[in-house]
This record gives sequence, C-alpha cells and structure tokens, in this order.
Amino acid sequence: MKISKVVEKMQPSGIRAFFDLVLGMKDVISLGVGEPDFVTPWQIREAGIYSLEQGFTSYTSNKGLYKLRLGIHRYLKNKFGLDYCPDEEILITVGVSEGLDLLMRAIINPGDKILVPQPSYVSYGPITELAGGIPVYIDTSKDGFKITPKLLRKYIDKKTKGIVLNYPTNPTGVSYRRKELEEINKILVSNKVLCISDEVYGDLTYDFNHVAFPTLPKAKNNTIYFNGFSKAYAMTGWRVGFACGPKEIIAAMTKIHQYTIMCVSITSQMAAAEALVSGKKQVEEMKREYKRRREFVISELNSLGLKCQRPQGAFYAFPSVKSTGLSSMEFSRQLLEEEKVAVVPGTAFGTNLDGYIRISYASSLDNLKEALSRIKKFLDKRK
Amino acid sequence: MDEILEILEKDGRASVEDIAKMIRKSPDTVKKTIKKYEKEGAILKYKAVINKDLIRDSESSEVRALIEVNIVPQKDLGFDKIAERIYSFPEVTSCYLISGTYDLLVVVEGKNLHTVSNFVAEKLSCLEHVRGTATHFLLKKYKEDGVILKHKQQNQRIAISY
Repeated sequence: MKISKVVEKMQPSGIRAFFDLVLGMKDVISLGVGEPDFVTPWQIREAGIYSLEQGFTSYTSNKGLYKLRLGIHRYLKNKFGLDYCPDEEILITVGVSEGLDLLMRAIINPGDKILVPQPSYVSYGPITELAGGIPVYIDTSKDGFKITPKLLRKYIDKKTKGIVLNYPTNPTGVSYRRKELEEINKILVSNKVLCISDEVYGDLTYDFNHVAFPTLPKAKNNTIYFNGFSKAYAMTGWRVGFACGPKEIIAAMTKIHQYTIMCVSITSQMAAAEALVSGKKQVEEMKREYKRRREFVISELNSLGLKCQRPQGAFYAFPSVKSTGLSSMEFSRQLLEEEKVAVVPGTAFGTNLDGYIRISYASSLDNLKEALSRIKKFLDKRK
Repeated sequence: MDEILEILEKDGRASVEDIAKMIRKSPDTVKKTIKKYEKEGAILKYKAVINKDLIRDSESSEVRALIEVNIVPQKDLGFDKIAERIYSFPEVTSCYLISGTYDLLVVVEGKNLHTVSNFVAEKLSCLEHVRGTATHFLLKKYKEDGVILKHKQQNQRIAISY
C-alpha cells in the first residue's frame, strides 16, 4: 500500500536520526527539550484529580467547557483588554498544535500560500501542505531572526492567504514590541493577509509587556490568536490550547474539530480552568526563574565564543556555532557523542540555519552549569 | 524582595559570580549588596537543610516537640520578656507568639522523649508566668521549610523535543 504523496515528502531528513540517537543514549544532559522542567503546579493537578473523583468523565461540548471558555475570556479581557465572546469566538483545542491544524484546513484552498518566517517551529509548513496549501518560507537570519516590513512586502502576493507569526519565537526567543507589530499589521490588513498568531510563549516575555496581536488597530478581525497552557503553566502533557478569532472562522474550525477530536479531555479542561483561577503567581515565579537562567546562559555562551543574541522570551537561546567551523548537525552530533550534551541543530527549524543550535534553558541551573562546562571542554579541544 | 535575596533563599550556596550573571550586575555590586544584607541582619546565616531521617548514627537522632505555652503577660513588657526567657534555652529551636487559645508556640528538640519531657517538666513549666503547657511530639516529618522530605521522582521529560 502506498502512502499519500503529501505525507511521503513531509519528514525532514537527518533530524529524526539525530533525535533517535539522543533518545537511545543514557545519562545525557539534555538542553534539547521544548517543555518546562517544572511539573504542573499542585493545585492544578489537584483540580484534575478532584474532577475525576467527582465523576467528571464525559465528553464536553465541542467548543470546550463553558467554564474554561469564560475563564479564557476573562484572562484576555484583564490582560489585554481583548473581548472575545466565549460562545462564538473561543475554541478549546488539543494544544495550540491542533488549533493551527484546524485553522489551516478551515481556510486553505488548493494553491493558497501561507508565509512562514524562519527559523520557526516545525509544524507550520507540514500542516499547510496537508491542507493543500503552499508554505512560503521567509529567511529572517539576516534580519536578527525577525520578520520586517520589507521582507513582508517582498513575499506577499495575490495567492497569500496568511502568515504564521510566533512570538516569543521557538527556537530563537525573539519577540516584537508594539511598534514593530503595528507596522507588520498595517501591511497585513491592507493586503487582506490573515495573521495566524501563535502566542503560546506570550506569558514568558522578559523585558517588556507582551503585545497580543489582535490588540493592534483593525487587527482583531484579521487575526486568529492562539495560546495554550503548556508553556506558561507547565502543562504540556495535558494538551490544552485555545483559538480566538472571528466567529465565522472559529465556527469553521469547530466543524472540523467536532468530526476529528470531538472535544479535549474533560480532566485537562477542568485542570486548565483551575490554572486560570489560581496559577498566576506560579507563572510569575517560573518566569523569574527562566529569566535568571536566560541571563546566565547567554552570558556563558557569549563568553565561550558562541555568539548569541539576547532572547526576549520563551526558554530558548539560539547561538551561532560558526566559530567552530562545524555544521549544526556535526556540532550537535559530536557534542552528544563526546560530552553527552544534547542540543537541537538549527537546521531543524528551517533552511539557511546551518551554523546555529537551539539550547533550551528549561533545565535546572545545576544542569545548565554542568552542560555549559562540558561545552567549554568540547570547544577547548578544538582550539 | 531583592532578587539577590530571592536567589539566596532558594540556594544559599549560589556564588557571587553566578548571581551576578543571573541578574546582569557586576560581581562587585552583588558582593557589596550581600555584605550589606549580612551586616544589617537581613541575611542571618547560611545553612544546609538536612533530612535527619536518612542519617543513621545515634548521635544525630532527635525528638522534636511542639509545645503550646500559656503565659501571663507582664505589665509593660507584655509577652516579650517571658518569651525571651524561654527562647534563650538552647533546647528551643523556634519560638513564636501566636493567636488562639495559647500564647507561645515553642519548638523543642532533644535526644529522646525523656530529655524533651524533662525540659518541659523541669524548665519550662516551672517558669514564673507560665500558666500551662501542651506538648505535641512529632511523629513524622513530611515537609519542612518548603522542602518535601520524600525523595521525589524526577520529572520524566523525553530528552529531546521541539
């Protein structure tokens, strides 16, 4: 039996083999992890357990528990002054990942283009292709890993349906200030290009207040805002995200969602509702901890000669390893084999990113210190 | 609270250099600030939190009791003077003024039940102004100073993910 052509050409080559190598090795210090090292705060876990004790084991409405949608409505209202109607403009999804997939399938007609600034999270291109669209990758490596108005104008054409913005960005930690976003937004609005805004790391912004894209002038009707509980609340395994946007688009997404997923696990939804009620303080604590680790890691990397710009959010650093003369993959593989430190080669996140690696600082300070001293040893051997 | 204190409260062994990197200040500034806190008494001391259940020599075995103490406050001095007389005993590891039925909560440590009972009977109860005591011996410690004593399982993350 032959599998579909779209799926067949999907998997990016060498990365998988490298991942398998890491997973097969013991006693590795991993800076390759894309999730918090904290466990979900106890009162959130407890809410999940309690819901099971109380017998909440059924389906929920397709859109998600009303209690959770209302919680999200309030969260967005308080934090950004955004007003999304819990009945028609909010959909609970299995992480942001499902939401993005739903959106692509809901809006794309064959041949529609979706812009994807790179480096980027790995799913945006493949889900576009699966939906019959064409991902158009924009290389931002010469612009400090940021999409600029100039780049944007260059790439938008008549077939451009949307652009995926992800800030703070995985893998670079780059984020944008309001002014930069306003310029981007103007171009998107005037060209009727939908903004697909993945803001799952928004709560982990360190140097300034995160600006939600739909708060920009005229943006709300032209944006689907995605967020979730995975990163800020350390709830990756619960798989809860949400999408907010114009009701026609949310309705279209809900249609697909009801046929494919039905609804997110009720236990997870109950826990997420609790997170919104009582998790704020812990989010702040974790954020302060990440911020300190960021400073530590950036300062160490730069002093080791692995040049690295200061990430403004998320928990990643994206240093250049060009000074070693090694490719991303060679560097990562040799570092793993010789010093048992795992990082992710930059090439996993797009083309033209050879010479970079992604380092996750969602790891204890002791681990980070040990890993960095091993990296130092690795580099010293090559001097 | 100053971030330096926040870091040290979690890890008393954090080095000046590491703290400096974490908060983007010069090591010199951090060092001076810490000295200042130490001098003012904001930082009182640095110590390790030890799980004595895991130490199997007889020397370190200990019994701990929480003792509620009812006292007659003294004119002009209130509870402070009598509290001082109580907390000055080396057996007393903590002493708090509390609301409710009792006035002081005194934590006492001793080698065994006998030494602690003796302390209560012969020292504490006989103090002038002490009206009564209620002694509660600790049977098991679960969590202390924010630290859970049970050895916790590590968060099982897969080693590499996007």
